Amino acid sequence: MEKLTVSVSPHFSGRRTTQNIMLDVIIALIPALIASVIIFGWRSLLITSVCVSACLLSEFLFQKVCKRESTLYDLSAVVTGIILAFNLPVTIPVWQAVIGSVTAIIVVKQLFGGIGRNFANPAATSRIIMLIAFSDTMTAWYFPQNSVDALSGATPLVADLQNTASISYLTLLLGNHGGCLGETCAIALILGGIYLLVRKVISWHIPAAFIGTVAIMSFLCGKDILLQILSGGLLLGAFFMATDYSTSPSTKSGKIIFGIGCGLVTVLIRFWGNLPEGVSYSILLMNILTPYISKLTRNKPLTGRAKS
Amino acid sequence: MKLHGTRVPHFKNTADCIPERLPVPQTVRIPMSMHIGIPARAIVKTGDTVKVGQLIGEADGFLSSNIHSSVSGKVLKIDETTNAGGLKIPCVIINSDGKQELSDQIQPPDVTDFKSLITAVKKSGVVGLGGAGFPSFAKLHVHDLSKIDAVIINAAECEPYITSDTRTMLDKSDYIFDGIQTLKKYMGIKRFIIGIEKNKPKAVTEMKKLAEKDDSVEVHVLPSIYPQGGEKVLVFNTINRIIPKGGLPIDVGAVVINITTLAFIGEYLKTGIPLIEKCITIDGSAVKSPKNVIAPIGISINDLIESAGGLKTQPAKVLYGGPMMGIAVPSMDEPVLKNTNAIIFMDKKEAAPPKTTPCINCGSCLDHCPFRLDPRSISIAYDLKQYAELKSLCVDLCMECGCCSYVCPANRPLVQTNKLAKIKLREYLGSIKEIE
Repeated sequence: MEKLTVSVSPHFSGRRTTQNIMLDVIIALIPALIASVIIFGWRSLLITSVCVSACLLSEFLFQKVCKRESTLYDLSAVVTGIILAFNLPVTIPVWQAVIGSVTAIIVVKQLFGGIGRNFANPAATSRIIMLIAFSDTMTAWYFPQNSVDALSGATPLVADLQNTASISYLTLLLGNHGGCLGETCAIALILGGIYLLVRKVISWHIPAAFIGTVAIMSFLCGKDILLQILSGGLLLGAFFMATDYSTSPSTKSGKIIFGIGCGLVTVLIRFWGNLPEGVSYSILLMNILTPYISKLTRNKPLTGRAKS
Repeated sequence: MKLHGTRVPHFKNTADCIPERLPVPQTVRIPMSMHIGIPARAIVKTGDTVKVGQLIGEADGFLSSNIHSSVSGKVLKIDETTNAGGLKIPCVIINSDGKQELSDQIQPPDVTDFKSLITAVKKSGVVGLGGAGFPSFAKLHVHDLSKIDAVIINAAECEPYITSDTRTMLDKSDYIFDGIQTLKKYMGIKRFIIGIEKNKPKAVTEMKKLAEKDDSVEVHVLPSIYPQGGEKVLVFNTINRIIPKGGLPIDVGAVVINITTLAFIGEYLKTGIPLIEKCITIDGSAVKSPKNVIAPIGISINDLIESAGGLKTQPAKVLYGGPMMGIAVPSMDEPVLKNTNAIIFMDKKEAAPPKTTPCINCGSCLDHCPFRLDPRSISIAYDLKQYAELKSLCVDLCMECGCCSYVCPANRPLVQTNKLAKIKLREYLGSIKEIE
């Protein structure tokens, strides 16, 4: 007699898996990766590969040592590796990139329980740790060889802060200026963001609230709105880092509050802090608030009211 | 406001298959409970001769249902069987003589008022044919008819594969019309809404034709977003009322009835033949030729598929009903029941359970729950045995449609946990009451 499987319904499942969500994110990051190779040369590909390999290897080893089931197949370590690399200057020494990756995966992600359990974005947090640990190399902005603007060794935001030079919007869009290796080319990042939105990997709430808040605050403070949006890590942060599932609220209203919070903190740091850039800090700060936002914005079940 | 849901594949392969009548099987096994409520009491003994349509199980108590023989022949024995809910219930096994002689008990009922309508519906043994199996007379037996202003006819058929309701609409629209007229006459209801998912264009046209004949009938075309056929979802999407938690459609002035049930009532009042056969969709990846069949109640799944064209490969999972809410049967010897509207045979590949991975907190389950529940938090509360939390998360509202599990990229058993959590919550609320 043949054996039949007996299980409780549903007997169907959708096609989407964690793995193909992460694959979509990787696809969305590819335009920016190509742009960074064109702008900064092959070294950016080297740094990205180093970060990805180090992330994969540290996740593998950590799970081996802890005798946990390996989750390498879900590709989340690859995503962390690419995003972290995008947050580093192209001149970063390889060993520092490795340390950053190991920190992101082991300290920020795995020690808190691995995928879905970490409270802070691994790439953003690791970047902050690296900024503190390797402040020289992390802020040594390499100037692209083929740039036409007279802007040397500084990101547009640094330049803006010091009022040293102005930069054209076209340059900002193309990314032909100093900065971290994946954050400069606005067009590539927007393209990736649109891909994620179309594929419904992310919803519009966080990026729109984040970017919108920065735009409104820039307008109110009399800053150049487009410069503020297109420069620094804002687009990378808004589309790829703030939208990280584990560390952002799941409800729509929660996402909007989270996005506005990220925008406000970014603006505070950019305009009044003594750092030129604040996207990573804003994401980390809002990550910490995420459980409270989630609690505050819980969906109200559709219980209805008894008919009187 | 819009209710959430999810897009599931339709697989309505058999929508154009006119149901074919299957030959009478050698034996039928008719369980005494194919409905919600108290099992019927078997009134035949081993060795008795029975005829088609003869009463063999009598409704026992208020919420119960009559059961009739689907074949003519001899009662082989009264056995015991385990139903899907795990309860042991008596089961009448009848050896067919192949003659299919009609019982002389069969005669069209004499319906003159609301009370005699309810008696007739009760006598017919009809239960909710959409799958739930709630005795229909009990649903129609409304104490205060003035409270009801609409009957919503559920023709959503939102489960993948199943097309038996579609066939009712295409083949039995006259009986649907008769059913509507009867309810209109004896219950005094002036508004009938037929809710159909828009993936059945032919059925929609057919029902619109029917609506032209009677001003009180409206056809409401629903989007193809599962689960349109859920009672609360249907009521909300047709008359925009929210049924309160733990309530019934009647609490918001509506009666919801499945379209095949209604057509059956229409037919029964004309012919007097009780519920002894069902139109069933046979489909799934292991089936040679998907089709609709008319099968006697009690035929074993084995006999059913044998005479309906056979299987391509050995099935790994066999379902009563559709893949979203259907019940997996333990063996192919299980009989076809009153509320069976499809039997789905899944091959090894289709039945393979998906790999469960860690929750990534994506929030898909929240975005797809029709009742805006939070299945992720419910599972956490369940794991941590936080029963008070389960109460505040309203897990008892869950209708177990399965959207959350379907959309979960980590393939977490979310609706499955909800089901367990509902049981735990009930126990918890019971124990609190005791303490108080």
